[in-house]
Amino acid sequence: MAERVPRPVPLFEYVRVAIEAIAANKGRSVLTTLGVIIGVASVVVLVSLGDGVRSYLAEQFAGLGANLIIVQPGHTETSGFGPPLQNVQRPLTLGDAEILKQRATLLSGVAGDLAGGGTVSYTNRARDVMVIGVGEDFWSVRDIHVELGHPFTADDEAARRRYAILGHTVVHELFADENPLGKTIQVSGAPFLVVGVTAPKGRMLGFDLDDLVFVPVTTTQDLFNRDFVTEILAKARGRENVDAAVAQITDLLRRRHVGHVDFTVHTQQDLMGTFTRIADTMGVVVLAIASISLIVGGIGIMNIMLVSVKERTREIGVRRAVGARKSDVLAQFLVESVVVSLIGGIIGLAIGSGVITVSQIALPSLPAKMSLWIVALAFGFSAAVGILSGVLPARRAAALDPVEALRYE
Amino acid sequence: MAPPVIDCRGVERRFRMGEADVQALRGVSLRVDRGEYVAIVGPSGSGKSTLMNILGCLDSPSGGSYRLDGEPVERLSDAELAAVRNRKIGFVFQTFNLMARQTALDNVALPLVYAGVPRVERRARAREVLEHVGLGNRLDHRPDQLSGGQRQRVAVARALVTRPSLMLADEPTGNLDQATGRDVLQLFDELHAGGATIVLVTHDPQIARRARRRIEIMDGRVQADLAQEAVLG
Repeated sequence: MAERVPRPVPLFEYVRVAIEAIAANKGRSVLTTLGVIIGVASVVVLVSLGDGVRSYLAEQFAGLGANLIIVQPGHTETSGFGPPLQNVQRPLTLGDAEILKQRATLLSGVAGDLAGGGTVSYTNRARDVMVIGVGEDFWSVRDIHVELGHPFTADDEAARRRYAILGHTVVHELFADENPLGKTIQVSGAPFLVVGVTAPKGRMLGFDLDDLVFVPVTTTQDLFNRDFVTEILAKARGRENVDAAVAQITDLLRRRHVGHVDFTVHTQQDLMGTFTRIADTMGVVVLAIASISLIVGGIGIMNIMLVSVKERTREIGVRRAVGARKSDVLAQFLVESVVVSLIGGIIGLAIGSGVITVSQIALPSLPAKMSLWIVALAFGFSAAVGILSGVLPARRAAALDPVEALRYE
Repeated sequence: MAPPVIDCRGVERRFRMGEADVQALRGVSLRVDRGEYVAIVGPSGSGKSTLMNILGCLDSPSGGSYRLDGEPVERLSDAELAAVRNRKIGFVFQTFNLMARQTALDNVALPLVYAGVPRVERRARAREVLEHVGLGNRLDHRPDQLSGGQRQRVAVARALVTRPSLMLADEPTGNLDQATGRDVLQLFDELHAGGATIVLVTHDPQIARRARRRIEIMDGRVQADLAQEAVLG
């Protein structure tokens, strides 16, 4: 007679038996899953924090102005943010900016700027601020709008006029509700006419972009007694032209600097890359720590499953006697291990998202973000831990000899 | 004519115990026809447990042949043996061996899980068998809510639910008091009267006398095989 191939046992049956077994040992099961709970909760918190930091950075750097290119004096191989190098042999000048403006066809705007600290005052109020000398294209390059009044003209720059455009914070602090246009303020002791106010820009990486006073770059050179610029800002024509524009700038400036590349060209991506690399490195480190906790949790589950197999030897024997195959026993214990781990994963996910929700209320500036893929990650991790830690106990259960198992006391 | 339920020829079983070979069965030939009620008796160490394990397809013979319901089973794989146990054999154990966390109904339905029977049908068939053994009003009780006799009735129901060719009972009254044991044996008589094939393994001659045929095992061999007038309790 041919063997009838039995229909497979539906997965639900294994899950039902697993839940019964877990429910029969509630305390033990919860303690067993503690490692997975902690592991999954920390993965959820850390990953959503990293996710939040990344999107926060992307948002922040987008605020710098699209397709921004920054030229700084001195040659460095490292990229990223930092103070301009001191004592460089050859600083950048307005002449450098001018040559880029005239010849760099891939740039839609070029502006040298020179920044320094200064005290601004109006009547009896004074404030220490950053004073930035800006070129004509600065507004379009940095994506800053002059809300009231008007930007500086080429004429203002050539005539080195003592005009000032104020950021929102400065206006608020010096003028309160008064209209600042046409008023005269003192900048480092010299009188300046207020010709404009910028639209609010908010903060970037904690720096108040509205606590600034802008003046024509030539005027700042007079004010600070400098004949160079801090940096040159440029805007590429379109995202696809950024790399070519960098090459063009390098080529033009090298020729002007008699063959020396004594300057460094950064793109917005370079700057952001530095920060995202930091975030990524931190992410790898914290995930490594979290996975240690998951491994410990997995070992805990494996241990308790081995105990469970031992305790239920007789049950395994009975199941084998009434027709369970080795594969049925294997599947049953594997499913049980996965269910235990998934319960830990669900509790961990709940704790993790609770922590994130509370932290968002308590610290709104903390850029933590829950997303669906984190939920999937939590389930994936705990299922994987369950399978890995269930294999050995399940194989041991399946390998039991039915006769021996039935005789087990 | 239908083949015999049990057809053993020269069945041997050797175990390796460290250095020595132990011969538990030394050529057992045995034939049990459909509808028989047979007791296998023998002192402990006689080989009757080994024989029962082989008859129940929990173990395979080292030599000889065994046809169960006409089907040779001595060379089957583990999974095939599991399927044979599921379809053709119903076990009743001395210690009942019920699933402590499951209801009587779920316990009885367990073999049908491994037969791949859908849940609704499983429950219907389990209920029917439980009613047949007189536990129609205990369907949702767990083993710890049942008396010893009731537990063994649940176990009998579990053994019958797949409508097996053979019911194998190993000291079924060993854990019961005399009165309850008599009740269970009474149930066996009724099942036998209904046409079931029963093999009962026991060391107790009193219990063996309930069967219609007694096979005595000694030192791994059939010592005696005699028809007997059943003594009804």
